[in-house]
Amino acid sequence: MSVILKTEKLRVEFTSREFRQTTKVALSSLDLEVSAGEIFGFLGPNGAGKTTTINVLLGFVTPKSGAAYLFGIDVRQPIARQRIGYLPEMTYYYKFLSAEELLRFYAKIFGLSRSETDKRIGKLLKLVELEHASKRQIKTYSKGMQQRIGLAQALINNPDLLILDEPTSGLDPVGRMKVREIIQRLKNEGKTVFFASHELGEVETICDRVAIIADGELKTIGRVSDIVAQHPNLEKAFLEITGYQLQPVA
Amino acid sequence: MRTVFALAGVVIKELYRRKDFYVLFILTIVICVIMAMVNIFNDNQIIRYIKELCLLLIWISSLVIAITTTARQIPAEREQRTLLPLLAKPLTRTQVIFGKFLGCWLACGLVLICFYAFFGVLAASREHTWPLLNYFQAAFLHWVMLGAVIALTLLGSLVFAAPSSNSTICFVIVVAILTIGRYLDAFALSLAEPLRSVFYAIYFAIPHLEWAFGMRNLIVHDWPLITWNFFCLDILYSLAYTAVFLVAACLVFRRKAVN
Repeated sequence: MSVILKTEKLRVEFTSREFRQTTKVALSSLDLEVSAGEIFGFLGPNGAGKTTTINVLLGFVTPKSGAAYLFGIDVRQPIARQRIGYLPEMTYYYKFLSAEELLRFYAKIFGLSRSETDKRIGKLLKLVELEHASKRQIKTYSKGMQQRIGLAQALINNPDLLILDEPTSGLDPVGRMKVREIIQRLKNEGKTVFFASHELGEVETICDRVAIIADGELKTIGRVSDIVAQHPNLEKAFLEITGYQLQPVA
Repeated sequence: MRTVFALAGVVIKELYRRKDFYVLFILTIVICVIMAMVNIFNDNQIIRYIKELCLLLIWISSLVIAITTTARQIPAEREQRTLLPLLAKPLTRTQVIFGKFLGCWLACGLVLICFYAFFGVLAASREHTWPLLNYFQAAFLHWVMLGAVIALTLLGSLVFAAPSSNSTICFVIVVAILTIGRYLDAFALSLAEPLRSVFYAIYFAIPHLEWAFGMRNLIVHDWPLITWNFFCLDILYSLAYTAVFLVAACLVFRRKAVN
């Protein structure tokens, strides 16, 4: 299988703007490879560097050293983002637009033809179950609906790679289940999904492989079944790998 | 180019779905219509005062709309995190800047068409004349000048974090240029060195937007048209400043972290 997402010795540093400048290493020598058709879970505690890695992959942050490639193209080139879809964590879309207008806007950026746009919008609104609210302004949407329209915008260009940053965070169980079902459907369609998440149960259910990072360093990478085989479950594996010591409850 | 137009379309939609324009437009209409109905001292020339007042209100309204609309574009994208899915698409930051600029500029063009159409109706109801070319020259230079203001505000929105502080600073700069910009060289002459050089430098560096502001006289006092050569030169002058501010905005935005 071809590698469609790759990072090589990625190092990212953030320097504070205070008088006494301090430098924080957000990522240190990160090597990742994701193959086509995989559902890849990217795990780590808060502040581990998951979002920073995604930000580098999307060209939002320039690494101090190392390189990142999408489909073999350096991520600093906008064309590398032609075949990807991205759903950020907790995003509010243009609230004065309706779902249909929002999708049409993103379709225009990708240069889709009018007929293709109409077809994609119809299909996506059905997929995310927002057909009934397609003409309503986004400001009237619930959080779950906003997340689903976010997922629809990420899929407008029928991407080969989908990058999701905590797609189910803040959603109720029904909303979470709906998003999970959509990811499962995308997996069945042969899409590659790279997603950062804290929902370990969800990751265990749908991911083929996972990587766990902590303090900007890659701690482990491998098949979910291999990691779980050495531990009672993925949660225990995650806690042990990230160095968390379980305290006995008095 | 389609990306730039797509972004511009969203800005225009935002403007006509917000209340700012409608409030200012209705306020201008109400003030001018009331003024037009009042007969002060049986003065036959009162229409000139009404025209002057109406054009001043149009200028203030257009500046408020241009500056406030532009000032919130990039900060709102950052605050609501819509910038992330946008920049995750195959487009450059330069295209985002140009899209935002074009959207604000075209939106201001539509606003000006509404305002000047109302002004034309108001003036024609009293004078029964339609000096269309005068209106065209004044409105077009007004619009081109707004381009420079929009580009300046866009640059400011990347430098200052809060849209309110950016709006205030840009508004103060523009009003200062419109009111005292033309006197800076004379003022510099009255000063000793090195202040004289400083004020001269400021005089030659600032965009002299008051040239377009002075075009109101063309309509208020029925002055003859300016020559088309000067008209084109004035457009080029404003466009040059617009380009400078836009390039600066692109350079600042390119280095800006968006995470």
